[in-house]
Amino acid sequence: MKSRRLLMRLDGEGMLVGIKDAAKLVGILIITCCAVMVCTMFLNYYMDVTGIEDEIASEQVMVFYRAQVATAKVVCGVSGGCMLITSVVMLLFYIKHYIDVHKKELGILKALGQSDISVAGNFWVFGFSVLFGAALGFAGAFLLMPLFYEVQNKDKILPDFSVQFHPILLLFLVVIPAAAFAALAVFYAWHKLKTPVIDLLKDRLSPSAGKIRYREDKSGDCPFLKDLKRNTLKGKKALVFFMVFASFCFSSMTQMAFSMKNLASVMMGVMILLIGLVLACTTLLLAITTVIRGNTKTIAMMRVFGYSQRECCGAILGGYRPASYIGFALGTVYQYVLLRIMVDIVFRDFEGIPDYGFDLPVMLLSLAVFIGFYEIVMYVFSERIKKISVKEIMLEG
Amino acid sequence: MIEVQEITKSYGDSRNPVRVLKGIGLRIEDGDFAVILGASGSGKSTFLNVISGLERPDSGRVLYGEQDIAALSDRELTRFRKDNIGFIFQQYYLLPNMNVDKNVKMGADLAGNREYREVIRAVGLGEKLRKYPGQLSGGEQQRVSVARALAKKPAYLFLDEPTGALDEQTGRQVLDYICKLKQEYGFTVLMVTHNQNIAEMANTVIRMNSGKISEIYTNEKQKTAYEIGW
Repeated sequence: MKSRRLLMRLDGEGMLVGIKDAAKLVGILIITCCAVMVCTMFLNYYMDVTGIEDEIASEQVMVFYRAQVATAKVVCGVSGGCMLITSVVMLLFYIKHYIDVHKKELGILKALGQSDISVAGNFWVFGFSVLFGAALGFAGAFLLMPLFYEVQNKDKILPDFSVQFHPILLLFLVVIPAAAFAALAVFYAWHKLKTPVIDLLKDRLSPSAGKIRYREDKSGDCPFLKDLKRNTLKGKKALVFFMVFASFCFSSMTQMAFSMKNLASVMMGVMILLIGLVLACTTLLLAITTVIRGNTKTIAMMRVFGYSQRECCGAILGGYRPASYIGFALGTVYQYVLLRIMVDIVFRDFEGIPDYGFDLPVMLLSLAVFIGFYEIVMYVFSERIKKISVKEIMLEG
Repeated sequence: MIEVQEITKSYGDSRNPVRVLKGIGLRIEDGDFAVILGASGSGKSTFLNVISGLERPDSGRVLYGEQDIAALSDRELTRFRKDNIGFIFQQYYLLPNMNVDKNVKMGADLAGNREYREVIRAVGLGEKLRKYPGQLSGGEQQRVSVARALAKKPAYLFLDEPTGALDEQTGRQVLDYICKLKQEYGFTVLMVTHNQNIAEMANTVIRMNSGKISEIYTNEKQKTAYEIGW
């Protein structure tokens, strides 16, 4: 299949990187969808609500108006920014992973005379996942917006206003991000492809991996399994980031959804909860799948030599557990600080805002659910590890 | 002693099974050096996988003494491999992010072998403990995989085309190391190869053809790795 794709590219009739490869970036698609949906809803609301500023006469209504505007800005900035950074990291990680897996084919293309930039040019299709995700999020936002507007102004404090379509949002939240991600994919691939042809063909590790190796030398006489656990973590630091991010999303969004029940509408809470769960599940599953795929040969050899399923799981997946709990702790702090800022700074002039304090029962409940969920996922994947056989790697050659 | 009784193995779906092993029976004495010869597709690698407990047969028994490993659960089979078996493959399958020392430690830790560096020195890699697989030649990598297999002190060593990816000189060198270490440690060797010349190093030669054993014979005089043709 790979060689067919390669030949298609050599004939100039097809592409080395296909739409199917872009579709594998489901994680980016989901994150983009969530980010664009949230940003579209709040930015659209912001643009519509600022249109009625001149109609506001009373000072009390003006305070409410300012609070709404400030909320829209904070939510867009924090959620949009956070998810944008994650999407960028995820895209770069996926392209690096793609190049690592397809080193030989890319090496052959270069050996046959293709320039780095012409090979890298194929990576623009990765922008499709962002385009689909953003378009989906944008459309979803417009479906939810009538209800959202109604909830935001349920007490009819502000004068009536309806949902307007702002083409500039379509440009800035869908078209430009998709183009920017496509360009970023090409640029990053071009940067990574500057490796000598022989290194690509001989599947040699990158110089950065070399640095990790030499550090690992200092480990001395520590047991093999401990060493492997350390090496697995050091080998793919981006995956540690994703594990932290997954638990961070779970922790911050679930706690925020329940802690802010007195501060915002139920709809807002449900929205935050759903986005948190989707982001956490997607990122966690993506990260664990990548860890297992990247270590298939190691796991197969360990099984051949007689290491138990438990030992394999402990060495390959166990190292990520502390990272996940750190992510949970960071998420707890983040949601508390964010809500504190909202209450103390953004809504400080608004009367009737209830006092906000740290919600310990919600945190404990969230932690219990997180531990249960995390351990179930680990169990499911440990069963997958059990099924990896040496035959698989032999067939790969 | 390993005794194989009426082993069958098929692949594919039940409507269109591809019968790879068609009722094989065999006996290998402890301390033997047995070589399985056969053309590509004769079933020799599948046979090696079944006899070593990497794959289960569809029917038949694989006896190590009194113990039938075909009847063991996955956990028991893993335990059995841990305690008894060493493997060397054509493609080495070393862990690329671990140096020579750590790769060999992978096998050594299973047997609690703290003197595993002696095996590394025995295969001539004492000076390359801190090197990584990517920094070694093919022959050196295969010697690491030999050391890794032997560091777990196996009673049985299974080799699948161990010299298949090596040039003549390096191939002879690796086989010589294996023979010398066999003399020293006394394990049983079962090697799969398509190289007829290597069979002259064995005391038992098993020839396979189309999933069956077509011939078994013993060599009265075993040659060394440097005496055989290539």
